[in-house]
Amino acid sequence: MPANLLDEDTLIDDPSREREYHWTLNFGPQHPATHTTLRLVLELDGERIVKATPHIGYLHSGFEKLGEHLNFNQYVTIVDRKNYLSPPYNELAWHHAVEKLLDIDLTPRCKYIRTIFGELSRMSDHLLCTGAAALDLGAFTAFLFAFNTRELIYDCYESMSGYRFHPGYTRVGGLLQDLEEESVRRIQVVLKQVTRTLRDMDRLLTRNRIFVDRMRGVGTLTKQDAIDLSCTGPIARASGVLNDVRKDMPYLAYPELDFQVPYCTEGDCYARFQVRFEEIQQSAKIIKQCLEKLPSGPVNVPIAEKFPLPDKATAYNSMEGLIQHFELIMPNRGMGSPVNEVYASVESPNGELGYYLVSDGSQTAWRTRTRPPSFIHFAVFPHIIKDHLIADIVAVLGSLNVIAAELDR
Amino acid sequence: MSTMTDPHATSLEHLRNVLTPNGLRTDVFRDNLRVHVGRDQLITTLKALRDGRGFNMLVELGATDYLGYPGRDASAPRFEVHYVVRNIDTLETVIVKVGVDDPAPVLPSVCPVWRGADWMEREVFDMYGIKFDGHPDLRRVLMPDEFTAFPLRKDYPLRGRGERHNFPRILREQS
Repeated sequence: MPANLLDEDTLIDDPSREREYHWTLNFGPQHPATHTTLRLVLELDGERIVKATPHIGYLHSGFEKLGEHLNFNQYVTIVDRKNYLSPPYNELAWHHAVEKLLDIDLTPRCKYIRTIFGELSRMSDHLLCTGAAALDLGAFTAFLFAFNTRELIYDCYESMSGYRFHPGYTRVGGLLQDLEEESVRRIQVVLKQVTRTLRDMDRLLTRNRIFVDRMRGVGTLTKQDAIDLSCTGPIARASGVLNDVRKDMPYLAYPELDFQVPYCTEGDCYARFQVRFEEIQQSAKIIKQCLEKLPSGPVNVPIAEKFPLPDKATAYNSMEGLIQHFELIMPNRGMGSPVNEVYASVESPNGELGYYLVSDGSQTAWRTRTRPPSFIHFAVFPHIIKDHLIADIVAVLGSLNVIAAELDR
Repeated sequence: MSTMTDPHATSLEHLRNVLTPNGLRTDVFRDNLRVHVGRDQLITTLKALRDGRGFNMLVELGATDYLGYPGRDASAPRFEVHYVVRNIDTLETVIVKVGVDDPAPVLPSVCPVWRGADWMEREVFDMYGIKFDGHPDLRRVLMPDEFTAFPLRKDYPLRGRGERHNFPRILREQS
């Protein structure tokens, strides 16, 4: 364009001519700021985004189809791989749905251990999300503090279940194994460390001029839009929707614990950051209470209920254990289930994670429909990014915490 | 209905007033209340729930293929789409189910009622081939655009050779 503009260069009356100035930019699917494989096609007016069209599915792996071929216990390894920032909560959600279908009432000890396990993952998820949001905006140190602490949480997973990344710790009617003294010590290390990390991150970020300027007023989602677009979790709570499945439809040990549900009313990226940051503190509070109140007793429901796999000693040394083991392992037997369907959801770190589970009476689901929070929240993205600048994309994406494995399944 | 206080009594009463007398079939399993409606009653039901009873959030939308489902009546429709709706103030949750049959399954879109249904309906179309009438942008969402089958249907195999082997392979030398 020439340096000296004529009137006809700047004044555009004809709306069809206006589009000629727009150009299209492809963002992703392997852009470092998208963290995973997301692709956006942006229609730009200068640096202003006129329209963003997400193209997803690069990581589609047919998890829901696999759920129709793996039994209730086997599928836990697949759900782990959906939201890989917080695998434990995916497991809790899956077995929560299965146990609702089978009408299993867990033992108190199991409820508490699962609560601890889930809240550890919430801390881990939020630490990475807030850390990575800062990383994308150029604050590298806060990210390293957060990641360092996540390493300790992985140590907890490892001592609880034997696996660091995808624990696969829950089983129908119980857990893989009981919580041991060493795991409790490791969890206490996390609780001690996380206070320090939060203090450091708070000093680095909360009143950081650059960080606040990039986040405040960016990607605003109003309360009405949040409800209309089916948002849940920290994203809805940052817009003033006070819903949390842990309080609304209590499960596990949550009704017996004292914790608060943080919320904001601004609905922008900074509000989402604040909500997540406060939720880490609440999670630490929950875990502390769980460790104090941790009941004794068995972690699995009694073998007579024919759901949990008996441990080695029981299977080898008692008749009932052996029969039960045989019944569950043989492919033509297994646990029976009602020919019915159920929707059950839990509050995962990202929002409401639900399963619509249809059962045909066998121990393999007929249909495992996931309600993936990332999928629903990414659908919101084109609405809230409109009229922002290209540089705001990373801030908004970081605050939505879209996990491509859960998005595409 | 039992004599116990039913948390959904008022909502059901409201639906009975709005819908035709035979249009409503309900059942309860665990804490799920399911309302089965016909295709022509779907939008009326959902709008009645939203406007009359404050069910302002569409929590979840998905489909199931019941081809060969044990105990399924042969005359029953092959697919069912479920809409989980919630009143976020009273936390009352209702599952609305609607059947849709082969060939050419079509349902009215609920995007005008809840904008959140946009991608969820696209996913149902992508996986089951159920078309949503009135959807603003009904394209495949997870599978590639040139894909021709609907992978979550029960007659689509988990393993085997299929249309994915027909994708053009572009080698480095040819590009």
